[in-house]
Amino acid sequence: MEANGKGMVMRGMYKPAGLAALLLAATSLSAPAAKAADAVKVGVLQSLTGTMAISEVTVKNAEILAIDEINAAGGVLGKKIEPVVEDGASDPAIFAQKATKLVQDGGVVTVFGGWTSASRKAMLPVFQKLKSLLWYPVQFEGNECSPNIMYSGAQPNQQILPALTWAVEKGYKSYFLIGSDYVFPRTANLILKKHIESSKLKVAGEEYVPLGGTDFSAVIAKVQAAKPDIIFSTLNGDSNVSFFKQMAAAGLPSAKLPVMSFSIGEQEAVAMGPSLVEGSYAAWNYFQSLDTPANKKFVAAYQAKFGAGAAVTDPMVHGYVDVYAWKAAVEKAGSFDPEKVRAAAVALDLPDTAMGKVKFAANQSLVQTGYIGQLDPAGQFKIIWQSKGTIDPDPYDPLVFPGKKCPAS
Amino acid sequence: MGEWPLIAGQIFNGFSVASLYVLAALGLALSFGLMRVINMAHGEMLMLGGYLAYLTLQVVPGPLGILAAMPVAFLGAAAVGAVLETTLIKRLSARPLDTLLATWGVSLILQQAARNIFGAIGVDVRAPDWLNHAYTVPSGLLEGLTIPATRLFILGVAFAVMGALSLLLARTRIGLLVRAVNQDRGMAAASGINVRAVDLSVFCLGTGIAGLAGVVLALLGPVTPNVGQSYVVPAFLVVVLGGLGSLKGTAIASLIVGLFSALVQILVDVSLAQVLLLLFVIGFIQFRPQGVVAVRSRALDA
Repeated sequence: MEANGKGMVMRGMYKPAGLAALLLAATSLSAPAAKAADAVKVGVLQSLTGTMAISEVTVKNAEILAIDEINAAGGVLGKKIEPVVEDGASDPAIFAQKATKLVQDGGVVTVFGGWTSASRKAMLPVFQKLKSLLWYPVQFEGNECSPNIMYSGAQPNQQILPALTWAVEKGYKSYFLIGSDYVFPRTANLILKKHIESSKLKVAGEEYVPLGGTDFSAVIAKVQAAKPDIIFSTLNGDSNVSFFKQMAAAGLPSAKLPVMSFSIGEQEAVAMGPSLVEGSYAAWNYFQSLDTPANKKFVAAYQAKFGAGAAVTDPMVHGYVDVYAWKAAVEKAGSFDPEKVRAAAVALDLPDTAMGKVKFAANQSLVQTGYIGQLDPAGQFKIIWQSKGTIDPDPYDPLVFPGKKCPAS
Repeated sequence: MGEWPLIAGQIFNGFSVASLYVLAALGLALSFGLMRVINMAHGEMLMLGGYLAYLTLQVVPGPLGILAAMPVAFLGAAAVGAVLETTLIKRLSARPLDTLLATWGVSLILQQAARNIFGAIGVDVRAPDWLNHAYTVPSGLLEGLTIPATRLFILGVAFAVMGALSLLLARTRIGLLVRAVNQDRGMAAASGINVRAVDLSVFCLGTGIAGLAGVVLALLGPVTPNVGQSYVVPAFLVVVLGGLGSLKGTAIASLIVGLFSALVQILVDVSLAQVLLLLFVIGFIQFRPQGVVAVRSRALDA
């Protein structure tokens, strides 16, 4: 907690320098824009600096890759796409500022970006006020439904509940919930608890550690006392390293007590050292190992551009697919107008994307498949389970938020 | 497994957390006690220790790599401390606020350097197999209590470091000089003691211990460019609670903080335990602003 406070001070310190760099980058980026009359501008807004940069830079890469590919194939409605890249600097307030700048002053027709729920919540009023459209690529806690956001990341019923379905099928009866202390883990665990209890199974314990926390001694002692069948972990960031190291030290490697994580993807596994997390499970809507021609093509294109060993993750593929979904919707609408694009995007079939068959539902979230993967020693996931067909997104879990519905748009 | 193993386990965990804090805080207490320097880059010495452990393990893989890493990290961090002291701290010694700002700048520079050299996402340092297991009580009142070997090892390192440090200060000529400078800097200088050399060696000793701490912390936590930040704040807390600059106070305060949070966590979760810990420390400082052992230790040190 105190460490976080300090981090905030430091981010504050970075701001002036980051802003200056951005201004430079922005001027150099927008200079050729004025000349190209047959181009359409889109915003790409991720954190390129600060704590979230590790995760978000690669999403930006994937979004740019899609834009480059579309341009190479002739563009959209006869126009080249011109990305205007901005840095959210891991700070929700900056996300809101930059979103305003992109839409109001930059003349972009839509924006791809965001990662943390805090950044999305900060941008939401901007897109509503300016009547523009944000394509959001990351799984989140649901409980939100704006007509100005296309939610391509998983809703809880597309990532968390499939993991529970899998665990119930495997015969696990007693569940221990561990999370970092912020909105996503708290909401995810609220949903999990309701569903575990309604299935007449047992919640053996529920523990929260401050974001970035490193001491898991007491949490592990409670796990040992509760003797659960499986741990569901919504820990985020470096805390995962401490957690897995201290579990191994306490004689509880993944082989002895399975762990299902909701925030560990291919990139995080490599960073943590695959041998540390080998054998643990993860639930996503995409794994790099997904064996389809479209995915192989995407992974090859990404690695050709960003390095042979580069890991590809679920949020990255969502960012990539978002750009293609936008293109398809623009072509169907015959216009770049956000209102028309949004109407066209809903129920537009995307049968063969890198993550398989998807489409946006009427509530503007993505219909997609849930997968469970198990980590191998190389840091790749072996897909061991998948949902029966695609899952319709549901922002409001009926057990937790009864009666809440998306506003009809 | 009933109540008793959990409580006994938490008492052990309290000692274990205390051992991590004392290792992280000793260097701070040393440099503050002697030089009144608040070294904001102390956390980055811990980080440096972690990365030196990583590098050593690349050269010396296998079970004994971690033992080889400890002297490497100690000397490496001490060398960086020497550079820091001679180029910066020495020149700012009469200006505590400037030292604070300058060492904070150094902290940011070191973090960014680590990010540029090793990447932002951290490196993999693993406990060797001979540490990566736990002892379990098979039967009796404490049946099911598990004691991780890694945590025992870190406790051992903490005791060894504290023992060596108190021997050094109490029994050696260097210790005598340090105590003399600590008591009366002007008088020590007048009687021919090279005060500058004493400052330098104490500062290096402090950063060296932080480097050593970085190695053992890497057994239980991540090695990333900003890992120092997650330990330096509790380290400051411990130093303030212990009585600024008192080594004995630092050790006792670590134990108080470790046991308090471990025992409170039997009832509440980690987030709330941290809140309670801070409230406890604030309350304690209200009634005893000089810290745990400050008055007596000043008398003893003097």
